[in-house]
Amino acid sequence: MSRVRDNYENSRARKLKRWYDGDVDLLQEITEIKAPPAEQEQVPEAWRIQQSEAQASQNLMWPQGMSEETVWEGRQKPTEEQIYRNLEASGLWSFEKLYRVMAVILCAAIIAVLLWTVTALPMFGEAGNPANNEVPQRYIESGVQETGAVNFVTGMILDYRAFDTFGESCVLFIASCCVLVLLRVDIAVKGRNGENLGEDDTVFEPRNDVVLQTAAKILVPMILVFGIYIVLNGHLSPGGGFSGGAVLGSGLILYLNAFGFKKTHRFFTEKVYRRMTLCALTFYCLAKSYSFFTGANHLESGIPLGTPGAILSSGLILPLNICVGLVVACTMYAFFTLFRKGGM
Amino acid sequence: MKLFEIILLISLIVCAVCVAVVRDLLASIVIFMSYSLIMCVIWVFLQSPDLAITEAAVGAGVTSILFFVTLRKIRAIHEEDEDEQSQG
Repeated sequence: MSRVRDNYENSRARKLKRWYDGDVDLLQEITEIKAPPAEQEQVPEAWRIQQSEAQASQNLMWPQGMSEETVWEGRQKPTEEQIYRNLEASGLWSFEKLYRVMAVILCAAIIAVLLWTVTALPMFGEAGNPANNEVPQRYIESGVQETGAVNFVTGMILDYRAFDTFGESCVLFIASCCVLVLLRVDIAVKGRNGENLGEDDTVFEPRNDVVLQTAAKILVPMILVFGIYIVLNGHLSPGGGFSGGAVLGSGLILYLNAFGFKKTHRFFTEKVYRRMTLCALTFYCLAKSYSFFTGANHLESGIPLGTPGAILSSGLILPLNICVGLVVACTMYAFFTLFRKGGM
Repeated sequence: MKLFEIILLISLIVCAVCVAVVRDLLASIVIFMSYSLIMCVIWVFLQSPDLAITEAAVGAGVTSILFFVTLRKIRAIHEEDEDEQSQG
């Protein structure tokens, strides 16, 4: 073993490389049980011997030649009984008991405080509730004239408070981006050109489950039509973009489970997902971001409101509902495909 | 109708406790699904059908499916079908 090599084995660069290769844990030196100071004259000698042996055998497991034998050399190794007695003496056992009792007491106290707070709330649906002020009164009285939407929940969300909804959908979009980043199939696994090198669920598809396929054949068209109905009738009847999009997404997931990827890939790939989401979000953003410039005030869109109750009425609400529905349906479906092995 | 609402609320509480108590993960997801369905009916009684639609689609449908897929991905559920196919 040459001198240069010897220096390299102890150098920081070598340690860093070993840590990078995953051979050794750098923290091991800190958390290692050190020999007591009384035996320090012996230990360095033992270290040196061990070190040369380690270098000879290229043993990388113990840094700086430390091993369990050298640490406890010249000293009796404590038995398990002794360790437990030490624990008892240090009060860890009583702490454990106290911990459990305190956990139960804390839980009960929090439940009591919450229940006590609930009793202080006003009764459900009472006329004198603080929620019944002039704001909902205005919405109820003149909502239909101002927004053109018969379902004034949608009118409120997508017209009066469209700016708030814009912020909410931004939060949702960021959350879905995070999920996409976390669950994306690595390029190393999937192969740079898209061929699958690792495990993949698509190998086992379609499963040819007669019950599932028959049920899907009957249910999927109904679910999809119902979802489209909810989205398009968002301003007339209960529902809207989010609920309709969720229904559409679950219908698509059922179809995928029954008939496999080959069928869904004919109309829905990652490219379609990306383009659809981008277009819908951009349209929503362009349609509603004028609120930034008007100080979150309402601005006339210029689109005629039409007769309340007709499908083509209430200005921007219908296209916004369609956008939200598309984004939600695509995102639900994409989440499901990302959770599977093999990706979208 | 009052009696029906009381039954729904009691079963809601029972479901909520069971989800936490049951040891089997698959069973607890199914109970969670039924919790969402009961909640969906309660939303209808509270005169908010739009929330009921969302709860049925998201709570009972998509969330539970995502839970199932996650369990399969972390191999908490045995994939009997795939084992058979890979053997055969």
